[in-house]
Amino acid sequence: MTPLRTIDAVAVPLDESNVDTDQLAPGRFLMRSVSPELLLHDRRFDAQGKPHVGFVLNDPAYAGAQIIVARRNFGIGSSREAAALALPTAGFRCVIAMSFGDIFYGNCLRNGVLPIVLDETTVGALLQALRARPGMHLVVDLPSQTVAGEGLGPFAFAISPARKQCLLEGLDDAALTDRYRDAIAAFEANYYRAFPWLA
Amino acid sequence: MQPQNVVEKIWSRHAVTRLEDGETLLYVDRVLVHEGFWWSIADALRAGRRPVHRPSSVIACADHFVPTSSRASGHAGIADERRRELILRLENEGGELGVKVIGMMDERQGILHVVAPEQGITHPGLVIVGSDSHTSTHGALGSLAFGIGTTEATHAMATQTLWQSAPQTMRIFVGGRLPASATAKDLILTIIARLGVGGGAGRFVEYAGSAIAALSIEERLTVCNMSIEMGARAGLVAPDETTFSYLAGRPSAPQGRDWDVALAYWKTLRSDDGARFDREITIDGGAVVPMATWGTTLEHAIPIDAPIPDPANESDPLRRHAFERALAYMDLRPGQRLSDVGIDRVFIGSCTNGRLDDLRAAAAVVRGRRATVPAFVSPGSREVKRAAEIEELDRVFIEAGFEWHDSGCSMCAGANGDTLAPNQRCVATSNRNFPGRQGPGSRTHIVSPASAAASAIAGRVVSAAQLQTHL
Repeated sequence: MTPLRTIDAVAVPLDESNVDTDQLAPGRFLMRSVSPELLLHDRRFDAQGKPHVGFVLNDPAYAGAQIIVARRNFGIGSSREAAALALPTAGFRCVIAMSFGDIFYGNCLRNGVLPIVLDETTVGALLQALRARPGMHLVVDLPSQTVAGEGLGPFAFAISPARKQCLLEGLDDAALTDRYRDAIAAFEANYYRAFPWLA
Repeated sequence: MQPQNVVEKIWSRHAVTRLEDGETLLYVDRVLVHEGFWWSIADALRAGRRPVHRPSSVIACADHFVPTSSRASGHAGIADERRRELILRLENEGGELGVKVIGMMDERQGILHVVAPEQGITHPGLVIVGSDSHTSTHGALGSLAFGIGTTEATHAMATQTLWQSAPQTMRIFVGGRLPASATAKDLILTIIARLGVGGGAGRFVEYAGSAIAALSIEERLTVCNMSIEMGARAGLVAPDETTFSYLAGRPSAPQGRDWDVALAYWKTLRSDDGARFDREITIDGGAVVPMATWGTTLEHAIPIDAPIPDPANESDPLRRHAFERALAYMDLRPGQRLSDVGIDRVFIGSCTNGRLDDLRAAAAVVRGRRATVPAFVSPGSREVKRAAEIEELDRVFIEAGFEWHDSGCSMCAGANGDTLAPNQRCVATSNRNFPGRQGPGSRTHIVSPASAAASAIAGRVVSAAQLQTHL
């Protein structure tokens, strides 16, 4: 996993709630490796693969964006990791929303994408600014856990210390778990003595 | 000792270690995988040079990509080469690694979440994780079961553990008893409509109360299955006599003395009096009516005969915006009745409603009538299909003009190519009505099996009771 510390990049306003995993990564593509076109495929492209002009992710004013700002319930639905992996593959390292689907949130953290929860007022202010000044940058700083833009913020966000560390260092869970091999072995010995039929 | 709820009991029994910030290294009893994600997990294990820690704990089932017709021609009957390759990878690599493979041609094949309970693989008190969000289904038997991504599934297979933040818990108490006209599907749609798609976010939900106690295991599977649709990490029902009698004698259930020991343990898995939950809500089971979704998230569920709500009456601006978008996507108007909305297709099946009782309920409505739109039945497993055929339910469906298919996820997720054409409207017994879920531009109305059957006959979105009055 690529370490993540600070993102200073164009942010795109996706002013919607309920951007679900089927929209993020449609089911019929799940048999393929994730490509840059996968993210929000059917929102971005028509049946002939031509970009939908009206969709904000296709707007050249937001070209090169690495941050998405959306409303409520981002990534609800499926466990498909492609929905999270589609983000960095398309160049996005951070999503700011009022709430996230739980499995998607975890999948983001494990694919070097920072999901940030901010309140309704803050998200509303960010969306308004991004629409008014297309191409403006937001600065996301993981060490200080803040989001800021020109004349905006800084706004603080929360993240579990363990997850923060993994993102900062680009570590995966296995590296941490390996330190507990003996504890797992001890647990198993005791557990399967109690429940031998599960072994 | 401080009273504990059932989630806390299972959680603490599986905690290998806890970090200061509450992250727990949680021991995992079973890992469920399907061919949709097997390849990605197998690649990750190989790349990390990680063996499977406990192969017998992994259950790998072919369900997402399998065709639901021409099964007799075996793998050669899979039109798409890539899908065939991925099914074969699950079957071959799974076999090499020693995991429990239930391949496409296996007599037990079916949807993971139908097969595992059916085979007695799902027990009370287990921590079950799966590379599929509907792993929450298994909570119906009193296990702590939740969906995870492939990176976490790889970790679980390699280490038998997962890092999880401390559980937030919620109890949904359903009093009274469901009326005969309402089903478990109508109950869970009622709950989601009330709580919203984020209402259970991050929480482990216990369903309790007299209406839950009266449900069969099949009905509890339907309720727990859709816990994820209100954002919950898992949903479960504490095990009781219904659970124990369902499990007894199933192929992978403990036998003999093991059964007695297991049973004694399972009986302790109840929320203690005075146990605390982070949130508790109460639902009147007696007030549940047949439900249908009109929009593009599961909270867009209404009594099937109610008018479609007017976004103008919605005070929350974000919900109003979502309502407006959903109405436009679904090509519906406020105030319109679903019973006036013509449909193109009906799909009966999925891990939500593809079990024998679901097919019985649908067949009871269909018997002696004719479908007026193409209708498609895919039993949840080959076991369900065989049992249904013994009861001649297949004949009931076929004589009514329904297609009788093989088992798989099929048109619920569209991953096997069973999809709708753009703008087609489908009434489905599955679990998601998201935009494009059943194919680009598809429009989905989620209902119970009885309502789906009635809709196939009427060619509109109706309940079984409405069908009676209309005829």
